[in-house]
Amino acid sequence: MKIKEYLKNNILYLDGGMGTILQKRGLLPGEEPERWNITHPEIIADIHKAYFDAGSNVVNTNTFGANLLKFSKTELEEIIKAAVNNAITAKETSTSKGEKFIALDIGPSGKLLKPYGDFEFEKAVELFAQTVKLGVKYGVDLIFIETMNDSLETKAALLAAKENSDLPVFVSNAYGEDGKLMTGASPEAMVALLEGMGADAIGANCSLGPKQLENVINKLLKYSSTPIILKPNAGLPKSVNGETVFDVDAEEFSILVAELTKKGVSVIGGCCGTTPDYIKALKNKTSGLSPLPITSKNFTLVSSYTNAVVFGQEPVLIGERINPTGKKRFKQALIENDIDYVLNEGVRQQEKGVHILDVNVGLPDIDEASMLKKTVFELQAIIDLPLQIDTSNHCAMEAALRIYNGKALINSVNGKEESMRTIFPLVKKYGGVVVALTLDDNGIPDSAEGRIVIAEKILKTAEEYGISKKDIIFDTLAMTVSAEQTAANTTLKALKYIKEVLGCHTSLGVSNISFGLPNRDAINGVFFALALENGLSAAIMNPYSADMMKTYYAFRALKGLDKNCENYIEQAENFVTTSQNISANSKNDKNFKSNLIQAIAKGLKEQAAEITKDLLTKKKGLDIINDDIIPALNIVGKGFEEKTVYLPQLLMSAESAKYAFEVIKQTSTVMTDTSRTNRPIVIATVEGDIHDIGKNIVKLLLENYGFAVTDLGKDIPPEKVLETATKLNATLVGLSALMTTTVPAMEKTISLIRENLPNCKVIVGGAVLNKEYAEKIGADKYAKDAMEAVRYAEEIML
Amino acid sequence: MEFTVYKKSFSPPSINKQEVLRYAGCKETREEVELLFNEALKQTEGKLTYSVCFCKVPIKINDEYVDLSFAKTHSLHLTKCLVGCGYAYIFAATIGLNMDRLIAKATKTSPALAVMLQALGAERIEALCNKFEEYITKQSSVDISLKPRFSPGYGDLPLSFQKEIFSFLGCYKQIGLSLNDSLIMSPSKSVTAIIGILEKTITKKQI
Repeated sequence: MKIKEYLKNNILYLDGGMGTILQKRGLLPGEEPERWNITHPEIIADIHKAYFDAGSNVVNTNTFGANLLKFSKTELEEIIKAAVNNAITAKETSTSKGEKFIALDIGPSGKLLKPYGDFEFEKAVELFAQTVKLGVKYGVDLIFIETMNDSLETKAALLAAKENSDLPVFVSNAYGEDGKLMTGASPEAMVALLEGMGADAIGANCSLGPKQLENVINKLLKYSSTPIILKPNAGLPKSVNGETVFDVDAEEFSILVAELTKKGVSVIGGCCGTTPDYIKALKNKTSGLSPLPITSKNFTLVSSYTNAVVFGQEPVLIGERINPTGKKRFKQALIENDIDYVLNEGVRQQEKGVHILDVNVGLPDIDEASMLKKTVFELQAIIDLPLQIDTSNHCAMEAALRIYNGKALINSVNGKEESMRTIFPLVKKYGGVVVALTLDDNGIPDSAEGRIVIAEKILKTAEEYGISKKDIIFDTLAMTVSAEQTAANTTLKALKYIKEVLGCHTSLGVSNISFGLPNRDAINGVFFALALENGLSAAIMNPYSADMMKTYYAFRALKGLDKNCENYIEQAENFVTTSQNISANSKNDKNFKSNLIQAIAKGLKEQAAEITKDLLTKKKGLDIINDDIIPALNIVGKGFEEKTVYLPQLLMSAESAKYAFEVIKQTSTVMTDTSRTNRPIVIATVEGDIHDIGKNIVKLLLENYGFAVTDLGKDIPPEKVLETATKLNATLVGLSALMTTTVPAMEKTISLIRENLPNCKVIVGGAVLNKEYAEKIGADKYAKDAMEAVRYAEEIML
Repeated sequence: MEFTVYKKSFSPPSINKQEVLRYAGCKETREEVELLFNEALKQTEGKLTYSVCFCKVPIKINDEYVDLSFAKTHSLHLTKCLVGCGYAYIFAATIGLNMDRLIAKATKTSPALAVMLQALGAERIEALCNKFEEYITKQSSVDISLKPRFSPGYGDLPLSFQKEIFSFLGCYKQIGLSLNDSLIMSPSKSVTAIIGILEKTITKKQI
C-alpha cells in the first residue's frame, strides 16, 4: 500500500531517536553518525529493526547530515546506499506485521542561508537535490525533511524534493520555547509555506518535549488541511552519573502524545532521547484510535518569514507605493540601482500600518527579473511583512517566487487562457494566493454579471490545476467613475456576489475610481468604505493618504473590530497633517542662523524636510544647500572632531541633511559642486565580510558633503570592486573590513586596484585596522571614523 | 563518558543604560541620544531571545597543550586562563536573529539608530553571558568560582577554534547559531567561550 493511502485511515507511527542511541552505542563526539551506515551496518539495521518491531510504520534512514557539505560525492553515494540497505534489511527481518515504509531522512545543512548567513538559496536547493536523487535511486518510499529551524532552508529542501522526485514529502520543523522557528517563523507561517508548496504532511519535531510543543501543535491543527506530524524529544536532557538521560519517560511521553493524537495529530513518533520502548508505549496508548479525518480549513493565508496574514478577519491593507508608475524619483532610483530608496519606501509604509507590501519594479529599460528578485530579497532582509509580487513578466514572477521566503500574494492572473496557463503552474509549484482580475480576452465586462462569469471560469480552471478556491482573491476592477457613472456600482455589485455567493475573498486597487477628479482622496476614502461594507477583504492603497487611513480606522471602530476604539484613538492624532505638527512643535533657538540649520544640527528629520519644502518656495535648492545644509553639517562635523558631539548625534544630523537633500532632489537636478559629483567614489565591505554599519555611515556622510558615492554593499569580491571603479573611473575607493579573517580579501582588492588603476586612491577602515596595518596592506589612507574619510576625500579632490 | 549538551532560555537581563551609551560612543546622555536609546528599546521589545547551549567537560593541562575532552589546543593564553581548573564550561549564547534584522533595517533607514541598536545588542549579549555565569554558579553542587570567559580569537587561541566549539555543541541545531566560511557568527550578537571552573576547596589546597 502507498503511504498516502495508508495515512487516510490509519495513524502512522514513525520511529524514535537515532543520534542519541548511537551515542550510547559508542559514537564519539565529533564523529559523523552517517559513516556508521558503512562501518557499523549491523548496529544501524538493528536499531531500525527494533523500531519496526516496536510498531513503527516508518523508519528514517540514518542520513540526517548526509550532504555534500560533509562528504565527497563518492562517499555520499556510498553512505546513502548503505543507509537505505540497512533500513531494507530491518524491514525484511522485522517480525512486525504492520505496514512498513522507508523514509529518506534530511536534516538541516548546518549553514544559515543569506541574507544573514553566507549560503546561497540555490546552492542549498542543489545540496538537498543531490541527497534526494540518491535516496530515490536506492529506493526509499518517501522523503522526510526534519528538524529544520529556518523557513527558507525548509523551502529549499522541499523544493529540491519536489523537483527531483515524485515521492511523498513530509516536512517537520524544530520550534523553540517561544513557539517559533529559530529564524522567527510562526506555525501559521509554516502552514502557509508548506501547504502552499504541496507538502504531504507537516509538523514539529525535536527541540522540546511533547508538553512544550502542545501550543505549536494546536496552531498547526487549527490552520492546516494536511496530516500533522508530532515527533518530540523525550523532554530535556540531563546528566546522571556521566550518562545523558531525558526527563520524560516512555509512559509519560506516550500519554502526552496520545492526547494530541486524539485532537487530530495523525503521524506520531519520537526524536532525541526516545527509544523503541517509547514507540511501543505510544502504540499501546493509541491502540484502537482512528485518525481524525483531515478537514479542509478555509483560511486564506499569505506569509513572510515570520508571520502569516489571514484574509477575512480584518480588512487587509496592501501598500502600493513600491511602484514606479507616475513616480519620477522612484524611476530614477530603479535606473540607478538605488535599492535603499526602494527599501525606505517599504519601511515607511510598514510604519504607516500596512499588512502587505505590493512590489512592482517594472520599467522598460531594466532587467525586471533580476531587479524584482533583488528587491524581494533585500526587502525580506529587513521587513517582516508578506509581499505581493506584482509583475506581468512571467520570468520575473518565477524568479521572485522561487526565492520568496514564505507564501506570497501574486498579482495577478486574469480570465485569459494565456494568463491562467502561465500563472497557475507557478502558484501550484511555489505556493501563493493569487489575485484574479475579472477580465478576459474580450476586455473588462461592463456589467457585474459579466465579471462574475469570468470569476467562475477562473475558479474552474484553477481547480483543474489543483489550486484551491481559498487561494484565489478576486479583484472586480475599480474603474474611473468620472468616465462612467455606474462604474462604482458595477464593481461593488460583482464584489458582493463573489464574496457572498462564490465565497471568495476580494481585493481592489481602490484609487483607480477617482482618476481625473479633483481631490481624489475624498472619493477614494468613501469608495473604500463602500467596498468594505460590500465585502472587500483587501485594498491595494496609498497608506500616506490620510483619507484612506481615516476610513480604515473608522470602519474598524464602527464594526466592532477595534476593542474600545483603541487603535482609532491612538491614530486620530496622526490625521492632523505633519506640517501642523511641525509648526506647533518647533521653537526657534537663537544659536542657529536659520530654522533649517537648527533642525539639522539637532537631528530632527521630519522638521528638516518640512522646512526645506517651505524654503523651496522662497529660494533655489542650491542656495539652501550652501546657506543652510552645509553650514549645519559643518557645525556638527566640527563638534564631532572636537569630541563635543557624539557619533549618534552626528548621524542624526546627517540623516536630517539627507531628508533635506531628498526634498531638493525631487524638485531640482542641480545639486552641488560638480567637482565632487564628477569624481565618483566607490565603497564596499570586502569579500567574506558582512558588517556594513561603518561603511554605510561613511557613505551617508560623504553623500552629505556632495560626493557621488556608489555603494556596492557587503561581501563584495575584489574583481567586482575593480570592475565598478574602472567603469566609473573612480577617484577613490573605500573598503571596510571588521574581521581579521577578511583583511586578506581587502589586501587582494587593494592590490588589484593598484595594478589596474594606478591613479585611484584607496581608503580603508574597520575595527581590526590601524594606520600601520593599513600601510602594510597598501592602502593610501586609514580613516579612524567617517569624518576623517570625508576630510580625506575633500583633500584629494581639491 | 557521554557529554550532555544543555540548552537554556533566560528571561531578559536588566538593561545597563550607561553601558549601552558607552558602546554607542556617548560619554554622557543628551536629549537626542535619549530619544535614540528609547527608540532602540521600543524596537527590540519582545523581539530578543536569550538562549545558551553549554556542556561541562573535564580538562587536562600539560606542557604542550590543553585537552578540553572534545579538542586539544596549544594556546598558552588559554592554558594560563585555565590553570587550576579540572573542568570547564563550553558555551554558546545568542540574543537571536531579530537584532540583526533590526540593525540591518536601521542601517538602511537611520544609521544613528543602527549605532544605538548595535550598542544595545553588544550590551545585551554581555548581560546574557553574565546571567549564564550566575546561573551555573548557583546550580553547582559545590562552591565554585569561574575564570574569565575565554573566546576563540583571544590571545593565541585561533579564531578557527570556533569550528571545534560549533561542532561539539551543535550550536546550529541547539540555538540556531551558525558559523560562516569567514568564521563570522550569525546571529551576530552571540558569544562562544570557554570558562574554567575553580572548585574553591581545591583552589585553597593548591594555594
